Amino acid sequence: MTISTHEFRGEAQDEQIKTRSSRASSRIIAKIVSVDLRGAIVPVGALALLELFVRMGWISPYVLPPPSDLYETFLYLAEGPLWTNIGASALRVLTGFVIGSLLAVIVGSVVGLWYSAERYLEPSFQALRAVPSLAWVPLLMIWFGIGETSKIVLIAKSAFFPVYLSLFSGIRNVDRKLVEVGEMYRQPLPVLVWRILIPASLPHLFTGLRYGLSLAWLSVVAAELLAASEGIGYMLSDGRELSRPDLVLIAIICLAVLGKVSDSLFKLIEDRCLSWRDSYATAIGGRPA
Amino acid sequence: MSLLDIDVREKAFGKTIVLHDIKLSLDDSQAAVLLGPSGCGKSTLLRIAAGLDKQFSGSVSVKTGQDGNTKSPPVAFVFQEPRLMPWLTVSQNIGFADGAKYDTGRVNGLIADVGLTGHAATLPKALSGGMAQRVAIARALYTEPRILLLDEPFSAVDAFTRMKLQDLVLKLVEQRGISFLLVTHDIDEALYLGDRIYVMGAGDGGIQHDLSVDVPRPRDRRAARLAELKSDVLTALQAAHVI
Ligand SMILES: Nc1ncnc2c1ncn2[C@@H]1O[C@H](COP(=O)(O)OP(=O)(O)O)[C@@H](O)[C@H]1O
Ligand SMILES: [Mg+2]
Repeated sequence: MTISTHEFRGEAQDEQIKTRSSRASSRIIAKIVSVDLRGAIVPVGALALLELFVRMGWISPYVLPPPSDLYETFLYLAEGPLWTNIGASALRVLTGFVIGSLLAVIVGSVVGLWYSAERYLEPSFQALRAVPSLAWVPLLMIWFGIGETSKIVLIAKSAFFPVYLSLFSGIRNVDRKLVEVGEMYRQPLPVLVWRILIPASLPHLFTGLRYGLSLAWLSVVAAELLAASEGIGYMLSDGRELSRPDLVLIAIICLAVLGKVSDSLFKLIEDRCLSWRDSYATAIGGRPA
Repeated sequence: MSLLDIDVREKAFGKTIVLHDIKLSLDDSQAAVLLGPSGCGKSTLLRIAAGLDKQFSGSVSVKTGQDGNTKSPPVAFVFQEPRLMPWLTVSQNIGFADGAKYDTGRVNGLIADVGLTGHAATLPKALSGGMAQRVAIARALYTEPRILLLDEPFSAVDAFTRMKLQDLVLKLVEQRGISFLLVTHDIDEALYLGDRIYVMGAGDGGIQHDLSVDVPRPRDRRAARLAELKSDVLTALQAAHVI
Protein backbone atom coordinates (compact mmCIF):
# COMPACT_ATOMS: atom_id res chain seq x y z
CA MET A 1 0.00 0.00 0.00
CA THR A 2 1.29 3.43 -0.84
CA ILE A 3 0.54 6.46 1.15
CA SER A 4 0.54 9.68 -0.77
CA THR A 5 0.80 12.94 1.06
CA HIS A 6 -0.26 16.30 -0.12
CA GLU A 7 1.43 19.27 1.45
CA PHE A 8 0.86 22.94 1.06
CA ARG A 9 2.01 26.04 2.76
CA GLY A 10 -0.20 28.85 4.02
CA GLU A 11 -0.02 31.79 1.66
CA ALA A 12 -1.34 34.41 4.00
CA GLN A 13 1.35 34.67 6.66
CA ASP A 14 4.19 36.26 4.73
CA GLU A 15 1.92 38.59 2.84
CA GLN A 16 0.13 39.75 5.98
CA ILE A 17 3.37 40.42 7.77
CA LYS A 18 4.61 42.38 4.77
CA THR A 19 1.49 44.53 4.44
CA ARG A 20 1.25 45.15 8.15
CA SER A 21 4.75 46.59 8.20
CA SER A 22 4.09 48.94 5.28
CA ARG A 23 1.91 52.02 5.48
CA ALA A 24 -1.54 52.09 3.93
CA SER A 25 -0.69 54.68 1.28
CA SER A 26 2.40 52.87 0.05
CA ARG A 27 0.34 49.70 -0.03
CA ILE A 28 -2.19 51.30 -2.39
CA ILE A 29 0.59 52.66 -4.62
CA ALA A 30 2.26 49.25 -4.64
CA LYS A 31 -1.04 47.67 -5.65
CA ILE A 32 -1.65 50.08 -8.53
CA VAL A 33 1.93 49.78 -9.78
CA SER A 34 1.99 46.01 -9.63
CA VAL A 35 -1.32 45.71 -11.47
CA ASP A 36 -0.41 48.31 -14.09
CA LEU A 37 2.97 46.76 -14.85
CA ARG A 38 1.44 43.42 -15.66
CA GLY A 39 -1.31 45.05 -17.70
CA ALA A 40 1.28 47.06 -19.65
CA ILE A 41 3.18 44.06 -21.00
CA VAL A 42 0.84 43.48 -23.94
CA PRO A 43 0.53 47.08 -25.24
CA VAL A 44 4.22 47.88 -24.71
CA GLY A 45 5.22 44.66 -26.44
CA ALA A 46 2.90 45.40 -29.35
CA LEU A 47 4.31 48.91 -29.73
CA ALA A 48 7.90 47.62 -29.70
CA LEU A 49 7.09 45.04 -32.37
CA LEU A 50 5.30 47.64 -34.46
CA GLU A 51 8.27 50.03 -34.29
CA LEU A 52 10.55 47.18 -35.29
CA PHE A 53 8.40 46.10 -38.26
CA VAL A 54 8.12 49.62 -39.67
CA ARG A 55 11.83 50.29 -39.20
CA MET A 56 12.66 47.05 -40.98
CA GLY A 57 10.49 48.19 -43.86
CA TRP A 58 8.02 45.32 -43.52
CA ILE A 59 5.13 47.72 -43.03
CA SER A 60 4.77 51.03 -44.85
CA PRO A 61 4.60 54.02 -42.49
CA TYR A 62 1.70 55.36 -44.59
CA VAL A 63 -0.34 52.34 -43.59
CA LEU A 64 0.75 52.13 -40.01
CA PRO A 65 2.92 54.92 -38.62
CA PRO A 66 5.57 53.74 -36.14
CA PRO A 67 5.04 54.55 -32.46
CA SER A 68 7.82 57.12 -32.54
CA ASP A 69 5.94 59.11 -35.21
CA LEU A 70 2.75 58.71 -33.22
CA TYR A 71 4.49 60.18 -30.23
CA GLU A 72 5.54 63.23 -32.25
CA THR A 73 2.01 63.67 -33.56
CA PHE A 74 0.78 63.35 -30.02
CA LEU A 75 3.19 66.04 -28.78
CA TYR A 76 2.07 68.29 -31.61
CA LEU A 77 -1.63 67.70 -30.88
CA ALA A 78 -1.11 68.08 -27.15
CA GLU A 79 -0.14 71.69 -27.72
CA GLY A 80 -3.35 72.43 -29.54
CA PRO A 81 -6.67 70.79 -30.18
CA LEU A 82 -6.26 67.45 -28.39
CA TRP A 83 -7.47 68.59 -24.97
CA THR A 84 -10.37 70.53 -26.43
CA ASN A 85 -11.45 67.43 -28.33
CA ILE A 86 -11.09 65.15 -25.31
CA GLY A 87 -12.91 67.68 -23.14
CA ALA A 88 -15.76 68.01 -25.63
CA SER A 89 -16.27 64.26 -25.88
CA ALA A 90 -15.93 63.68 -22.15
CA LEU A 91 -18.47 66.37 -21.39
CA ARG A 92 -20.93 64.86 -23.85
CA VAL A 93 -20.44 61.41 -22.38
CA LEU A 94 -20.85 62.67 -18.84
CA THR A 95 -24.01 64.67 -19.59
CA GLY A 96 -25.62 61.95 -21.66
CA PHE A 97 -24.69 59.21 -19.23
CA VAL A 98 -26.00 61.09 -16.19
CA ILE A 99 -29.30 61.91 -17.89
CA GLY A 100 -29.74 58.42 -19.34
CA SER A 101 -28.88 56.52 -16.19
CA LEU A 102 -30.96 58.78 -13.94
CA LEU A 103 -34.00 58.19 -16.13
CA ALA A 104 -33.19 54.49 -16.17
CA VAL A 105 -33.01 54.35 -12.37
CA ILE A 106 -36.43 55.99 -12.09
CA VAL A 107 -38.11 53.92 -14.78
CA GLY A 108 -36.33 50.71 -13.70
CA SER A 109 -37.51 51.13 -10.10
CA VAL A 110 -41.08 51.73 -11.18
CA VAL A 111 -41.19 48.80 -13.58
CA GLY A 112 -39.28 46.58 -11.15
CA LEU A 113 -41.67 47.28 -8.31
CA TRP A 114 -45.03 47.36 -10.03
CA TYR A 115 -45.86 44.31 -12.01
CA SER A 116 -48.65 46.15 -13.82
CA ALA A 117 -46.16 48.78 -15.01
CA GLU A 118 -44.15 45.90 -16.40
CA ARG A 119 -47.17 44.69 -18.39
CA TYR A 120 -47.62 48.13 -19.93
CA LEU A 121 -44.02 49.12 -20.53
CA GLU A 122 -41.83 46.05 -20.94
CA PRO A 123 -42.99 44.99 -24.43
CA SER A 124 -42.39 48.49 -25.81
CA PHE A 125 -38.98 48.68 -24.17
CA GLN A 126 -38.01 45.32 -25.55
CA ALA A 127 -38.96 46.44 -29.04
CA LEU A 128 -37.17 49.79 -28.72
CA ARG A 129 -34.09 48.07 -27.41
CA ALA A 130 -33.92 45.96 -30.55
CA VAL A 131 -33.42 49.09 -32.69
CA PRO A 132 -29.70 49.84 -33.16
CA SER A 133 -28.73 53.19 -31.68
CA LEU A 134 -27.48 54.50 -35.00
CA ALA A 135 -30.88 54.05 -36.60
CA TRP A 136 -32.12 56.91 -34.45
CA VAL A 137 -29.50 59.33 -35.68
CA PRO A 138 -31.33 60.65 -38.75
CA LEU A 139 -34.48 61.21 -36.75
CA LEU A 140 -32.58 62.89 -33.92
CA MET A 141 -30.94 65.18 -36.46
CA ILE A 142 -34.30 66.12 -37.97
CA TRP A 143 -35.70 66.85 -34.52
CA PHE A 144 -32.77 68.48 -32.77
CA GLY A 145 -30.47 69.54 -35.59
CA ILE A 146 -26.80 68.62 -35.69
CA GLY A 147 -25.96 70.47 -32.46
CA GLU A 148 -25.28 69.20 -28.97
CA THR A 149 -28.85 68.12 -28.18
CA SER A 150 -29.05 65.31 -30.71
CA LYS A 151 -25.69 63.92 -29.54
CA ILE A 152 -26.63 64.03 -25.87
CA VAL A 153 -29.97 62.37 -26.56
CA LEU A 154 -28.25 59.57 -28.47
CA ILE A 155 -25.74 59.00 -25.67
CA ALA A 156 -28.44 59.14 -22.99
CA LYS A 157 -30.50 56.62 -24.92
CA SER A 158 -27.53 54.26 -25.19
CA ALA A 159 -26.80 54.48 -21.48
CA PHE A 160 -30.44 54.07 -20.56
CA PHE A 161 -31.07 50.46 -21.52
CA PRO A 162 -28.26 48.60 -19.76
CA VAL A 163 -28.93 50.56 -16.56
CA TYR A 164 -32.67 50.03 -16.82
CA LEU A 165 -32.35 46.31 -17.50
CA SER A 166 -29.86 45.66 -14.73
CA LEU A 167 -31.85 47.56 -12.12
CA PHE A 168 -35.07 45.88 -13.20
CA SER A 169 -33.60 42.40 -12.92
CA GLY A 170 -31.73 43.41 -9.76
CA ILE A 171 -34.97 44.36 -8.05
CA ARG A 172 -36.72 41.22 -9.28
CA ASN A 173 -33.90 39.04 -8.00
CA VAL A 174 -33.74 40.43 -4.48
CA ASP A 175 -33.93 37.58 -1.99
CA ARG A 176 -37.54 37.23 -0.89
CA LYS A 177 -36.27 36.12 2.50
CA LEU A 178 -34.71 39.52 3.12
CA VAL A 179 -37.85 41.33 2.02
CA GLU A 180 -39.80 39.22 4.51
CA VAL A 181 -37.68 40.58 7.34
CA GLY A 182 -38.93 44.04 6.46
CA GLU A 183 -42.50 42.81 6.14
CA MET A 184 -42.20 41.35 9.63
CA TYR A 185 -41.77 44.93 10.89
CA ARG A 186 -44.80 46.08 8.87
CA GLN A 187 -42.57 48.40 6.87
CA PRO A 188 -44.44 50.20 4.10
CA LEU A 189 -43.30 49.83 0.49
CA PRO A 190 -41.17 53.01 0.26
CA VAL A 191 -39.26 51.93 3.38
CA LEU A 192 -38.80 48.42 2.00
CA VAL A 193 -37.51 49.92 -1.24
CA TRP A 194 -35.05 52.22 0.48
CA ARG A 195 -33.78 49.83 3.13
CA ILE A 196 -33.82 46.50 1.31
CA LEU A 197 -34.56 46.55 -2.42
CA ILE A 198 -32.17 49.33 -3.43
CA PRO A 199 -29.13 48.17 -1.43
CA ALA A 200 -29.75 44.55 -2.42
CA SER A 201 -29.90 45.41 -6.11
CA LEU A 202 -26.83 47.67 -6.08
CA PRO A 203 -24.48 44.98 -7.39
CA HIS A 204 -26.71 44.50 -10.43
CA LEU A 205 -27.10 48.24 -10.85
CA PHE A 206 -23.34 48.83 -10.88
CA THR A 207 -22.85 46.25 -13.58
CA GLY A 208 -25.44 48.07 -15.66
CA LEU A 209 -23.92 51.48 -14.97
CA ARG A 210 -20.48 50.38 -16.08
CA TYR A 211 -21.88 48.82 -19.22
CA GLY A 212 -23.95 51.94 -19.84
CA LEU A 213 -20.83 54.07 -19.55
CA SER A 214 -19.01 52.00 -22.14
CA LEU A 215 -21.98 52.33 -24.49
CA ALA A 216 -21.98 56.08 -23.88
CA TRP A 217 -18.39 56.26 -25.17
CA LEU A 218 -19.41 54.17 -28.14
CA SER A 219 -22.24 56.53 -29.02
CA VAL A 220 -20.25 59.69 -28.57
CA VAL A 221 -17.87 58.53 -31.28
CA ALA A 222 -20.72 57.58 -33.59
CA ALA A 223 -22.41 60.93 -33.07
CA GLU A 224 -19.20 62.90 -33.59
CA LEU A 225 -18.20 60.93 -36.66
CA LEU A 226 -21.43 61.96 -38.32
CA ALA A 227 -21.40 65.63 -37.53
CA ALA A 228 -19.21 67.59 -35.18
CA SER A 229 -16.63 70.32 -35.15
CA GLU A 230 -14.80 69.03 -32.11
CA GLY A 231 -14.46 65.83 -30.15
CA ILE A 232 -12.57 62.59 -30.54
CA GLY A 233 -14.95 61.40 -33.25
CA TYR A 234 -14.16 64.60 -35.12
CA MET A 235 -10.44 63.78 -34.83
CA LEU A 236 -11.20 60.41 -36.39
CA SER A 237 -13.06 61.81 -39.38
CA ASP A 238 -10.46 64.53 -39.75
CA GLY A 239 -7.73 61.89 -39.89
CA ARG A 240 -9.61 59.98 -42.55
CA GLU A 241 -10.17 63.05 -44.72
CA LEU A 242 -6.50 64.03 -44.48
CA SER A 243 -5.35 60.41 -44.91
CA ARG A 244 -3.44 60.68 -41.67
CA PRO A 245 -3.46 57.27 -39.92
CA ASP A 246 -1.44 58.80 -37.09
CA LEU A 247 -4.31 61.14 -36.21
CA VAL A 248 -6.75 58.25 -36.29
CA LEU A 249 -4.53 56.10 -34.11
CA ILE A 250 -4.03 58.87 -31.56
CA ALA A 251 -7.80 59.25 -31.37
CA ILE A 252 -8.20 55.50 -30.90
CA ILE A 253 -5.60 55.44 -28.15
CA CYS A 254 -7.33 58.37 -26.46
CA LEU A 255 -10.60 56.45 -26.54
CA ALA A 256 -8.98 53.36 -25.07
CA VAL A 257 -7.34 55.34 -22.28
CA LEU A 258 -10.45 57.39 -21.50
CA GLY A 259 -12.66 54.32 -21.49
CA LYS A 260 -10.29 52.46 -19.22
CA VAL A 261 -9.84 55.40 -16.84
CA SER A 262 -13.54 56.13 -16.52
CA ASP A 263 -14.32 52.47 -15.99
CA SER A 264 -11.60 52.16 -13.34
CA LEU A 265 -12.97 55.18 -11.53
CA PHE A 266 -16.37 53.57 -11.55
CA LYS A 267 -14.92 50.30 -10.34
CA LEU A 268 -13.35 52.17 -7.45
CA ILE A 269 -16.72 53.63 -6.46
CA GLU A 270 -18.32 50.22 -6.87
CA ASP A 271 -15.77 48.56 -4.61
CA ARG A 272 -16.38 51.26 -2.02
CA CYS A 273 -20.15 50.87 -2.11
CA LEU A 274 -20.17 47.10 -2.27
CA SER A 275 -17.43 46.22 0.19
CA TRP A 276 -20.05 44.22 2.10
CA ARG A 277 -20.28 41.64 -0.67
CA ASP A 278 -19.08 38.20 0.28
CA SER A 279 -18.30 37.02 -3.20
CA TYR A 280 -15.55 35.24 -5.02
CA ALA A 281 -14.37 38.53 -6.54
CA THR A 282 -13.97 40.28 -3.20
CA ALA A 283 -12.29 37.22 -1.73
CA ILE A 284 -9.60 37.04 -4.43
CA GLY A 285 -9.34 40.84 -4.44
CA GLY A 286 -7.34 40.58 -1.24
CA ARG A 287 -5.10 37.81 -2.52
CA PRO A 288 -1.52 38.46 -3.46
CA ALA A 289 -1.35 36.09 -6.47
CA MET B 1 -58.12 34.99 25.76
CA SER B 2 -54.51 33.94 25.53
CA LEU B 3 -51.67 36.06 24.32
CA LEU B 4 -51.74 34.39 20.92
CA ASP B 5 -54.55 32.30 19.46
CA ILE B 6 -54.06 30.49 16.19
CA ASP B 7 -56.97 28.78 14.52
CA VAL B 8 -56.23 27.52 11.04
CA ARG B 9 -59.21 25.84 9.41
CA GLU B 10 -57.37 25.19 6.19
CA LYS B 11 -54.18 26.17 4.47
CA ALA B 12 -53.40 24.90 1.00
CA PHE B 13 -50.72 25.49 -1.59
CA GLY B 14 -52.54 25.04 -4.86
CA LYS B 15 -54.43 21.79 -4.49
CA THR B 16 -52.35 20.30 -1.66
CA ILE B 17 -53.76 20.92 1.76
CA VAL B 18 -50.88 21.51 4.16
CA LEU B 19 -52.70 22.37 7.36
CA HIS B 20 -56.24 21.86 8.53
CA ASP B 21 -58.09 22.28 11.79
CA ILE B 22 -55.19 23.39 13.90
CA LYS B 23 -55.85 25.26 17.11
CA LEU B 24 -53.02 26.48 19.21
CA SER B 25 -52.68 29.09 21.89
CA LEU B 26 -49.84 30.69 23.74
CA ASP B 27 -50.16 32.11 27.26
CA ASP B 28 -48.20 34.78 29.02
CA SER B 29 -44.59 33.79 29.66
CA GLN B 30 -45.19 30.39 28.15
CA ALA B 31 -42.69 28.38 26.16
CA ALA B 32 -44.45 26.32 23.52
CA VAL B 33 -42.71 24.01 21.10
CA LEU B 34 -44.07 22.63 17.87
CA LEU B 35 -42.37 19.33 17.10
CA GLY B 36 -42.78 17.53 13.84
CA PRO B 37 -41.07 15.99 10.85
CA SER B 38 -39.80 17.94 7.91
CA GLY B 39 -42.54 19.03 5.52
CA CYS B 40 -45.44 18.71 7.96
CA GLY B 41 -46.21 22.41 7.77
CA LYS B 42 -44.47 23.83 10.83
CA SER B 43 -42.93 26.77 9.01
CA THR B 44 -46.21 27.43 7.24
CA LEU B 45 -48.06 27.55 10.55
CA LEU B 46 -45.50 29.88 12.07
CA ARG B 47 -45.62 32.20 9.08
CA ILE B 48 -49.38 32.34 9.40
CA ALA B 49 -49.02 33.17 13.08
CA ALA B 50 -46.58 35.96 12.19
CA GLY B 51 -48.94 37.43 9.60
CA LEU B 52 -46.44 36.78 6.81
CA ASP B 53 -48.87 34.48 5.02
CA LYS B 54 -52.47 35.63 4.79
CA GLN B 55 -53.68 33.10 2.22
CA PHE B 56 -55.45 30.78 4.64
CA SER B 57 -58.87 30.30 6.13
CA GLY B 58 -59.10 30.75 9.84
CA SER B 59 -57.93 33.41 12.24
CA VAL B 60 -54.98 34.55 14.28
CA SER B 61 -55.43 36.90 17.19
CA VAL B 62 -52.71 38.59 19.13
CA LYS B 63 -53.47 40.36 22.39
CA THR B 64 -51.94 43.81 22.23
CA GLY B 65 -50.64 45.53 25.32
CA GLN B 66 -52.91 47.51 27.66
CA ASP B 67 -50.83 50.60 27.00
CA GLY B 68 -52.14 50.41 23.45
CA ASN B 69 -48.61 50.46 22.13
CA THR B 70 -49.27 49.78 18.48
CA LYS B 71 -46.06 51.29 17.19
CA SER B 72 -44.01 48.13 17.35
CA PRO B 73 -45.67 44.83 16.52
CA PRO B 74 -45.88 42.60 19.61
CA VAL B 75 -44.63 39.62 17.62
CA ALA B 76 -41.05 39.05 16.46
CA PHE B 77 -39.65 36.30 14.28
CA VAL B 78 -36.37 34.45 14.25
CA PHE B 79 -35.94 32.64 10.95
CA GLN B 80 -34.14 29.42 10.26
CA GLU B 81 -31.39 31.37 8.51
CA PRO B 82 -30.06 34.55 10.13
CA ARG B 83 -31.34 36.68 7.20
CA LEU B 84 -29.08 39.59 8.06
CA MET B 85 -28.80 42.44 5.58
CA PRO B 86 -25.29 41.85 4.20
CA TRP B 87 -24.69 45.59 3.66
CA LEU B 88 -25.40 46.51 7.29
CA THR B 89 -23.13 46.12 10.29
CA VAL B 90 -24.12 44.08 13.33
CA SER B 91 -25.47 47.20 15.09
CA GLN B 92 -27.41 48.36 12.05
CA ASN B 93 -28.88 44.90 11.58
CA ILE B 94 -30.01 44.74 15.19
CA GLY B 95 -31.64 48.16 14.94
CA PHE B 96 -33.06 47.39 11.49
CA ALA B 97 -36.66 48.06 12.56
CA ASP B 98 -35.80 51.74 13.07
CA GLY B 99 -33.50 52.13 10.08
CA ALA B 100 -30.71 54.67 10.37
CA LYS B 101 -32.05 56.28 13.53
CA TYR B 102 -31.99 53.22 15.73
CA ASP B 103 -31.63 53.42 19.50
CA THR B 104 -27.88 53.02 20.03
CA GLY B 105 -28.22 52.37 23.74
CA ARG B 106 -30.67 49.54 23.26
CA VAL B 107 -28.60 48.03 20.45
CA ASN B 108 -25.43 48.11 22.53
CA GLY B 109 -27.30 46.48 25.42
CA LEU B 110 -28.48 43.70 23.10
CA ILE B 111 -25.01 43.21 21.64
CA ALA B 112 -23.72 42.63 25.16
CA ASP B 113 -26.70 40.40 26.01
CA VAL B 114 -26.08 38.07 23.09
CA GLY B 115 -22.34 37.99 23.74
CA LEU B 116 -21.09 39.89 20.71
CA THR B 117 -19.30 42.73 22.48
CA GLY B 118 -16.67 44.17 20.16
CA HIS B 119 -18.50 43.15 16.99
CA ALA B 120 -20.80 46.17 16.68
CA ALA B 121 -19.20 47.33 13.44
CA THR B 122 -18.63 43.89 11.92
CA LEU B 123 -20.27 43.04 8.59
CA PRO B 124 -22.26 39.78 8.32
CA LYS B 125 -19.75 38.24 5.93
CA ALA B 126 -17.24 38.12 8.77
CA LEU B 127 -19.59 36.34 11.21
CA SER B 128 -19.79 32.62 11.89
CA GLY B 129 -23.17 30.91 11.64
CA GLY B 130 -23.67 30.96 15.37
CA MET B 131 -22.70 34.62 15.67
CA ALA B 132 -25.04 35.55 12.82
CA GLN B 133 -27.90 33.78 14.55
CA ARG B 134 -27.09 35.70 17.75
CA VAL B 135 -27.47 38.92 15.77
CA ALA B 136 -30.78 37.66 14.40
CA ILE B 137 -32.00 36.96 17.93
CA ALA B 138 -30.92 40.42 19.08
CA ARG B 139 -32.69 41.97 16.08
CA ALA B 140 -35.90 40.17 17.02
CA LEU B 141 -35.65 41.40 20.61
CA TYR B 142 -34.91 44.99 19.57
CA THR B 143 -38.60 45.80 19.04
CA GLU B 144 -39.33 44.59 22.60
CA PRO B 145 -41.90 42.02 21.49
CA ARG B 146 -44.15 40.07 23.83
CA ILE B 147 -44.12 37.02 21.60
CA LEU B 148 -41.17 35.46 19.86
CA LEU B 149 -41.71 33.01 17.02
CA LEU B 150 -38.69 30.88 16.17
CA ASP B 151 -38.49 28.62 13.13
CA GLU B 152 -35.84 25.97 13.70
CA PRO B 153 -33.46 28.73 14.72
CA PHE B 154 -30.61 26.45 15.74
CA SER B 155 -30.79 23.80 13.06
CA ALA B 156 -27.91 25.18 11.03
CA VAL B 157 -25.32 25.33 13.82
CA ASP B 158 -23.20 22.63 15.42
CA ALA B 159 -24.37 20.77 18.53
CA PHE B 160 -22.27 22.77 20.99
CA THR B 161 -23.25 26.15 19.59
CA ARG B 162 -26.85 24.95 19.57
CA MET B 163 -26.83 24.24 23.31
CA LYS B 164 -25.31 27.63 24.01
CA LEU B 165 -27.86 29.39 21.86
CA GLN B 166 -30.71 27.49 23.51
CA ASP B 167 -29.53 28.66 26.92
CA LEU B 168 -29.11 32.18 25.57
CA VAL B 169 -32.66 32.33 24.27
CA LEU B 170 -34.05 30.91 27.52
CA LYS B 171 -32.16 33.51 29.54
CA LEU B 172 -33.21 36.42 27.33
CA VAL B 173 -36.90 35.56 27.20
CA GLU B 174 -37.03 34.88 30.94
CA GLN B 175 -35.46 38.26 31.69
CA ARG B 176 -38.00 40.00 29.52
CA GLY B 177 -41.08 37.88 30.30
CA ILE B 178 -41.52 36.99 26.63
CA SER B 179 -43.58 34.01 25.49
CA PHE B 180 -42.25 31.99 22.63
CA LEU B 181 -43.41 29.48 20.11
CA LEU B 182 -40.53 27.51 18.70
CA VAL B 183 -40.59 25.06 15.83
CA THR B 184 -38.16 22.18 15.77
CA HIS B 185 -37.62 18.63 14.61
CA ASP B 186 -35.21 17.94 17.47
CA ILE B 187 -36.85 16.04 20.36
CA ASP B 188 -34.16 16.94 22.90
CA GLU B 189 -34.43 20.59 21.99
CA ALA B 190 -38.22 20.47 22.36
CA LEU B 191 -37.95 18.91 25.82
CA TYR B 192 -35.23 21.22 27.02
CA LEU B 193 -36.96 24.42 25.91
CA GLY B 194 -40.69 23.77 26.11
CA ASP B 195 -43.27 24.08 28.84
CA ARG B 196 -45.67 22.54 26.41
CA ILE B 197 -44.96 20.44 23.35
CA TYR B 198 -47.27 19.99 20.40
CA VAL B 199 -46.46 16.99 18.27
CA MET B 200 -47.44 17.27 14.62
CA GLY B 201 -48.00 14.30 12.35
CA ALA B 202 -46.65 13.84 8.88
CA GLY B 203 -48.57 15.24 5.91
CA ASP B 204 -51.58 17.29 6.98
CA GLY B 205 -51.97 15.17 10.08
CA GLY B 206 -52.38 18.19 12.36
CA ILE B 207 -51.48 18.24 16.02
CA GLN B 208 -51.52 14.63 17.12
CA HIS B 209 -50.47 14.94 20.68
CA ASP B 210 -49.53 17.53 23.26
CA LEU B 211 -47.77 17.21 26.53
CA SER B 212 -46.56 19.42 29.37
CA VAL B 213 -42.98 19.27 30.47
CA ASP B 214 -43.15 19.26 34.25
CA VAL B 215 -39.47 19.83 34.83
CA PRO B 216 -38.48 22.97 36.76
CA ARG B 217 -35.97 25.42 35.34
CA PRO B 218 -33.10 25.65 35.04
CA ARG B 219 -33.20 22.19 33.56
CA ASP B 220 -30.43 19.67 33.45
CA ARG B 221 -30.10 18.15 30.01
CA ARG B 222 -29.29 14.85 31.71
CA ALA B 223 -32.36 14.84 34.00
CA ALA B 224 -34.05 11.45 34.28
CA ARG B 225 -37.49 13.05 33.91
CA LEU B 226 -36.52 14.44 30.49
CA ALA B 227 -35.50 10.96 29.39
CA GLU B 228 -38.89 9.59 30.50
CA LEU B 229 -40.68 12.34 28.61
CA LYS B 230 -38.56 11.64 25.59
CA SER B 231 -39.87 8.09 25.46
CA ASP B 232 -43.43 9.50 25.67
CA VAL B 233 -42.69 11.78 22.75
CA LEU B 234 -41.20 8.91 20.77
CA THR B 235 -44.32 6.88 21.42
CA ALA B 236 -46.46 9.77 20.24
CA LEU B 237 -44.36 10.17 17.10
CA GLN B 238 -44.66 6.48 16.42
CA ALA B 239 -48.42 6.63 16.87
CA ALA B 240 -48.49 9.54 14.43
CA HIS B 241 -46.58 7.40 11.94
CA VAL B 242 -43.76 9.93 11.88
CA ILE B 243 -41.16 7.30 12.73
N1 LIG C 1 -44.45 28.47 -1.13
C1 LIG C 1 -44.86 27.19 -1.23
N2 LIG C 1 -45.44 26.74 -2.35
C2 LIG C 1 -45.88 25.48 -2.46
N3 LIG C 1 -45.75 24.56 -1.49
C3 LIG C 1 -45.17 24.93 -0.34
C4 LIG C 1 -44.69 26.26 -0.15
N4 LIG C 1 -44.16 26.34 1.09
C5 LIG C 1 -44.31 25.12 1.62
N5 LIG C 1 -44.92 24.27 0.79
C6 LIG C 1 -45.26 22.86 1.06
O1 LIG C 1 -45.96 22.82 2.26
C7 LIG C 1 -45.53 21.73 3.05
C8 LIG C 1 -45.12 22.22 4.41
O2 LIG C 1 -43.97 23.03 4.29
P1 LIG C 1 -43.27 23.66 5.55
O3 LIG C 1 -44.26 24.43 6.32
O4 LIG C 1 -42.08 24.42 5.06
O5 LIG C 1 -42.79 22.38 6.35
P2 LIG C 1 -41.82 22.26 7.61
O6 LIG C 1 -41.43 23.62 8.02
O7 LIG C 1 -42.60 21.53 8.63
O8 LIG C 1 -40.65 21.45 7.15
C9 LIG C 1 -44.42 21.05 2.29
O9 LIG C 1 -44.95 19.89 1.70
C10 LIG C 1 -44.03 22.03 1.24
O10 LIG C 1 -43.68 21.37 0.06
MG1 LIG D 1 -39.51 24.57 8.01
